[in-house]
Amino acid sequence: MDSEEALDRLPVAVRDLTVAYRDTPVLWDVDVSMPEGKMIAIVGPNGAGKSTLIKSILNLVPLTSGNVTIYGKTYKAQRSMVGYVPQRGSVDWDFPTTTLDVVQMGMYGKLGWIRRPGKRERDVALECLEKVGMASYANRQISQLSGGQQQRVFLARALAQDAQIYFMDEPFAGVDATTERAIVDIMRELRESGKTLVVVHHNLETVPEYFDWVILLNVRVIASGPVEEVFTREAIQKAYGGRMTFLPDSVGEPSGPLRRAESLGD
Amino acid sequence: MLEFFTEPLSFPFMQRAMLEIIIVGALCGLVGSFVVLRGLAFIGDALAHAVFPGVVLSYAAGHNIMLGASVFGLLTALGIGLISRSKRLSHDSAIGVIFAAFFALGVVLLSRQTGFRQDLGSLLFGNILGVSRQDVLITFVVGLVIVAVVFLLLKELTLVAFDTNLAHSTGYPVFTLDIILLLLVSTTVVVSLQTVGNLLILALLVTPAATARLLTDRLNTMFALSVAIAIISGVIGLYISFHWSVAAGGAIVLTATVLFAVALVFAPQHGLLSQQLHRRQGKHHVHHFHAEGEDLEVH
Ligand SMILES: Nc1ncnc2c1ncn2[C@@H]1O[C@H](COP(=O)(O)OP(=O)(O)OP(=O)(O)O)[C@@H](O)[C@H]1O
Ligand SMILES: [Mg+2]
Repeated sequence: MDSEEALDRLPVAVRDLTVAYRDTPVLWDVDVSMPEGKMIAIVGPNGAGKSTLIKSILNLVPLTSGNVTIYGKTYKAQRSMVGYVPQRGSVDWDFPTTTLDVVQMGMYGKLGWIRRPGKRERDVALECLEKVGMASYANRQISQLSGGQQQRVFLARALAQDAQIYFMDEPFAGVDATTERAIVDIMRELRESGKTLVVVHHNLETVPEYFDWVILLNVRVIASGPVEEVFTREAIQKAYGGRMTFLPDSVGEPSGPLRRAESLGD
Repeated sequence: MLEFFTEPLSFPFMQRAMLEIIIVGALCGLVGSFVVLRGLAFIGDALAHAVFPGVVLSYAAGHNIMLGASVFGLLTALGIGLISRSKRLSHDSAIGVIFAAFFALGVVLLSRQTGFRQDLGSLLFGNILGVSRQDVLITFVVGLVIVAVVFLLLKELTLVAFDTNLAHSTGYPVFTLDIILLLLVSTTVVVSLQTVGNLLILALLVTPAATARLLTDRLNTMFALSVAIAIISGVIGLYISFHWSVAAGGAIVLTATVLFAVALVFAPQHGLLSQQLHRRQGKHHVHHFHAEGEDLEVH
């Protein structure tokens, strides 16, 4: 699995990763491989280090030890292959800018220094807004968007990055059922075209329905693999620790009635 | 009536002052917009204070005060960049402590000079009526450079201001861009010192931009308004200073503050008045917006 050639074909390989803010490690000896063309969920309680894992893959936080490769090379060499949907709260939505401008920012990386977005970028951005059902909001101030609309705009921006691998930090946070379905449909389309999606997800109930692969995280990796194999009651309990008072009844049987695990958080 | 405006301009020192304040207003309005967008008022203040010893030293040595100020401005911009490297640019007591100390150093240095009482006033509060042709020329040339840098890096500076993570993950050197912004701010401070002085420069940097921010939600409009408001404040302040013999720096800043207060109350969307109206009449509206807004937080 770890041979040179295999690594080349692996969208993301994280090896012996440890990350600490100040002194406390928030990720400890994390070792995961993320396979191509799959929808991959990162699941774990609040503070488990899910956002930090994504940020360390994207070079946004310094690694204490270990390394990360994207298709066998460093992130730096491969960043044009990567799209990112940060947690919605990570930007100031009162910033004086429009929906279209935000989506165009997804293309700044490829535009490079000094060059401004032109007609081509504008068209691509509009197309991406179209895909997420937000075309009519192109000239809206972002401060006037609802939470779900903001999330769609972030998704459109990631689409504009035209990546091979997408990292999405809680794309369903604060969106209604309709928007969630729309977002899932777009994700599936991306998967059909061979892209890899890595998604921080909070609703355990929908993991089997949406995802092919799951990484259960709580500072360490509790389990990682195909959902039907590793997403077990035992693993979930281990990830969520003693705080798991309700357990999904029939985890591992996607058709079974699952109870929400969100009510368990702290 | 017309004389009110034309008479001052018959004096060469007023012509120079007008030119100077127009250039400085444009610069402060433009660069100040980024200070406001990034929430860097505190750091702007630290920068302004920290250049003071440089001002005093070059003054004592008989050089143009911009010389010493720019040396200290450069050092300070780099220093602040390094201090906040780990934490991103933000409020930081270390910055406050160090650069208040710089200011104290300037005061001590100045007290060693003879005749320091008169000079203290002009250094702290500006001396726009005393600017020379050379000063105006320097301000203009440096100003052109600042405007060019902002214009060239507009996309990058905006990206970093809105979403640092995206900037970083798409390969822009965020730290370098932060340093560039700090250098732009400190250079603007340096060339603006003579207009309103060390203590009030922050107001010229922040107040017009904050006013513009209240008036619009469009970035380019904000830049334009900020520049216009800063220039208008400067020009009105100068006239007030001339006709009523009050300190120009103070008059300029107070004019800017009055414009800010007016905007705070009457601004179409963010103004206190329209928000009140919205709350009363618009109750309907607000509810409706939320209903279609899908704004259901799931915890
Ligand atoms: N910038 C930071 N400085 C210090 N500690 C941090 C920082 N960011 C995160 N942490 C800490 O690291 C731990 C992991 O945080 P992280 O944001 O990765 O968790 P998460 O799994 O994404 O949680 P959530 O579900 O709440 O989003 C938390 O204990 C948090 O307090
Ligand atoms: Mg998180």
